[in-house]
Amino acid sequence: MDASVSSKAIANTFEADVREIVTAKYVRTAAESDAVAGAQPSLVVEPGSEQELAKVLKLANSAGLAVIPRGGGTKLEWGNRPERADVILSMSRLNRVIEHAWADLTVSAEAGCTIAKLQETLAKHGQRLALDALWPERATVGGVLSTNDSGALRLRFGSLRDLVIGATVALADGTVASSGGKVVKNVAGYDLPKLVTGAFGTLGVMTRAIFRLHPLPRETRTISCVTADAREAQRLVLALQNSKLAHSALQIYCGGEAKPRVDVLFEGTEAGLTAQVEQVNSMMGSATTTDAGKDVWSARQAICSAEKNGNAEFAVAKFATLPARMADTFETIATLSVGKLRWNIVAQATGVGWARFEGEASAMDCALREFRANLERGGGSLVIAHRPGGITTFDAWGNAGDVLPLMSAVKQQFDPRGTLNPGRFVGGI
Amino acid sequence: MESTLFAELREIVGPRGLITSREELHTYECDGLTNFRVLPRAVLLPNSTEQVQKIVRVCYREKIPFVARGSGTGLSGGALPVENGVVISLTRMNKILEVDFPNARVAVEPGVINLDVTGRVEPQEYFYAPDPSSQSICSIGGNVAENSGGAHCLKYGFTTTHVLGLEVVLSDGSLVHFGGKTLDAPGYDLMGVFVGSEGTLGIATKIILRIVKRPECVQTLLAAFPSTNEAGAAVSDMIAAGMLPAAIEMMDNLAIQAAEAAVHANYPNCGALLLVELDGPVAEVAALMAHVDEICRKNGAWEIRVAQSDAERALVWKGRKAAFAAMGRISPNYIVQDGVIPRTALPNVMREIGRLSKEAGLRVANVFHAGDGNLHPLVLYDRRIPGHEEAAEALSSRILELCIAAGGSITGEHGVGEDKKKMMPKMYSEPDLETMQRVRCAFDPLQLSNPSKIFPRPRLCGEKPGEYVAHPLETAGIAERF
Repeated sequence: MDASVSSKAIANTFEADVREIVTAKYVRTAAESDAVAGAQPSLVVEPGSEQELAKVLKLANSAGLAVIPRGGGTKLEWGNRPERADVILSMSRLNRVIEHAWADLTVSAEAGCTIAKLQETLAKHGQRLALDALWPERATVGGVLSTNDSGALRLRFGSLRDLVIGATVALADGTVASSGGKVVKNVAGYDLPKLVTGAFGTLGVMTRAIFRLHPLPRETRTISCVTADAREAQRLVLALQNSKLAHSALQIYCGGEAKPRVDVLFEGTEAGLTAQVEQVNSMMGSATTTDAGKDVWSARQAICSAEKNGNAEFAVAKFATLPARMADTFETIATLSVGKLRWNIVAQATGVGWARFEGEASAMDCALREFRANLERGGGSLVIAHRPGGITTFDAWGNAGDVLPLMSAVKQQFDPRGTLNPGRFVGGI
Repeated sequence: MESTLFAELREIVGPRGLITSREELHTYECDGLTNFRVLPRAVLLPNSTEQVQKIVRVCYREKIPFVARGSGTGLSGGALPVENGVVISLTRMNKILEVDFPNARVAVEPGVINLDVTGRVEPQEYFYAPDPSSQSICSIGGNVAENSGGAHCLKYGFTTTHVLGLEVVLSDGSLVHFGGKTLDAPGYDLMGVFVGSEGTLGIATKIILRIVKRPECVQTLLAAFPSTNEAGAAVSDMIAAGMLPAAIEMMDNLAIQAAEAAVHANYPNCGALLLVELDGPVAEVAALMAHVDEICRKNGAWEIRVAQSDAERALVWKGRKAAFAAMGRISPNYIVQDGVIPRTALPNVMREIGRLSKEAGLRVANVFHAGDGNLHPLVLYDRRIPGHEEAAEALSSRILELCIAAGGSITGEHGVGEDKKKMMPKMYSEPDLETMQRVRCAFDPLQLSNPSKIFPRPRLCGEKPGEYVAHPLETAGIAERF
């Protein structure tokens, strides 16, 4: 039998079986807007429960169909183009906050719950998930975890790996497995919540997660300071890091040729904030500080925006470097871009930053390659979140090092048939 | 056979790096949990990553199981040797390789002692945050294996929070690198899985740690309550008020008596003692400490002291950190338990522990990391009395069942090891455990690295993961697999 005919027969049977599981209302033919980094799926399925989801996944796995889990769809462009994309598994109906155990400072939520809805629920008891994720109105618990998206608050509260304490995952073969739990301190068994965080849904589909929470700050204050150049900005950041100030976030923002700006966020009691702000002012020396609003913290979201600025093609990349090499990194970007590309960067004191380039695709291709090589030489990395039309095959991930065979072995154990997000992750996983 | 093997191993580590005499092997027959003992076939003391790789390659070729060991202070039998296996002791790999203050990173070999990391960076006012009570003797390699916590992890996190990179020898002798000095290396967070895997996924030979700047000020408050109920209510009020202290510790009367007898910490004799430590900028700590004081008084604290000097604070902590060993002063034998509950379950669980203790006719002393719900009940018994030891073990297990029933965990920081693997199926379902073991099969398909720990029923790695169900069209011969 002709392969295309047989695969069509399997797809038809699959679709009929899936209708049985989730009812016809929640199965539809995929539209163009459902494409994932250029790959066009054929079906969108919206399971209404963890059990339904596991059944659909198991069926797809048996049928050899590729499955792309999807939350709010805000970061579908991230990662490489999937090798195959048959079924979008939408988490939109699994969107509940399951339990906010406020007195225990934990929350469990379904993977399709948006970050904004989660934060609203938590705020009722003066708490928060201490995470400033991108596009919280649409981004979901599962999507944010799978893409390991964190912002400036990471400096104080850690990234998702430090905040997630439990996760439930549906594996390709339909196994539903939980690990971790609803207590903050727990070393029983392997820490699988960390394994699936940042795994881009290639090991399993996250259905639920449990987080540790933090109190909402009593007061907050942001101080900004425009510095002479990247060197001075870095000196200031390292001095703040080496001080005894208890800031919650610290970043350098640099919009192309403009002078770099350093932003510091303090959270705490009024008395504590006043004392610390005075100390920062004295450290800034000749540079003038301004009592900035919280808007400076949306710099990352502006850089990552999927909106074109006029007609210009653009690229967005996340970089990781050493905190003490941030000025070098800024200078590298400026040198690579000069006369060819416009750029904006925001870098946190942790050494993680985001860069946006605008201009000709070919110039970006060249700049990104050299930027990545430069970062990797220094032990860092460059991961592409958005590629311009001309260079859609540019590898999103770069070099995973000597650990790639082990990563492939893990993938093989969890998803031996390559059902989940095939080819989307590092090294072709 | 044995002599050829020993000769080959001796060639790798030198004559002083191989222990085979029975008398010397006894040193390694158990870790800090002494009721399990197994004599290893040999103990190896490599002094480099290359030597570890060579040893492991021999083990792989000969299918000899190996158990990595640091200082041997673990409390769950994680470093317990396995039958016919060898122990690889990392104590000679004890160099601090690099200290990088601008980036706040330190690279160490696994045998470096936890407190020595802080010792090295102290002059620049940095410290290494995870502080298990055994920190003056336990090794960083062991901390990585166990994901060790400590009193200050409420605010600062666990070992896993502070490990940024690992060099690991896998069970076939190959060398891999997880993470590094920078964050978010592309790919799976295998480091996150490795930390806390109790030596079952390989041997860490180099560890990159994050160090933390000392806070501007530290204040420790000691409050005496009539009972653990009032002390627990005070903790809940602090959390509800939006505070995140660096540490909140609780001791009950029996634990206080023992600590007093052992180190004379000058604790008030009360039903429950709460020790609250705040750190940060002076103005911040002063504002919050006033609030903590108020909360404690409101909940019935009848004596409150704030340690005024570093010396006073050290003494307060000495009593807490010596609490386990202090039990020897009030009981000939004792079992240290480690369970976790959601903080709000504390009054119920305490009441139940009290009831079970009465029923069994055995005393239970309680020491908690109250902020994160980590309980350390100490079951006191006398081995010389027939039946006492069995009753103590049964009581200790019952307490863990209470933790599970409350929605907690069977271990917060001591690990599963040999001791608690039988409890794993009570906390996790079969698919949960089977899924964890898929990781193990990817790392160590022959299961040579610390086998028989954590999982009650090891999974054969040849087993096909999950069941495969043929598609109906395939069965009917309509379609082929593509």
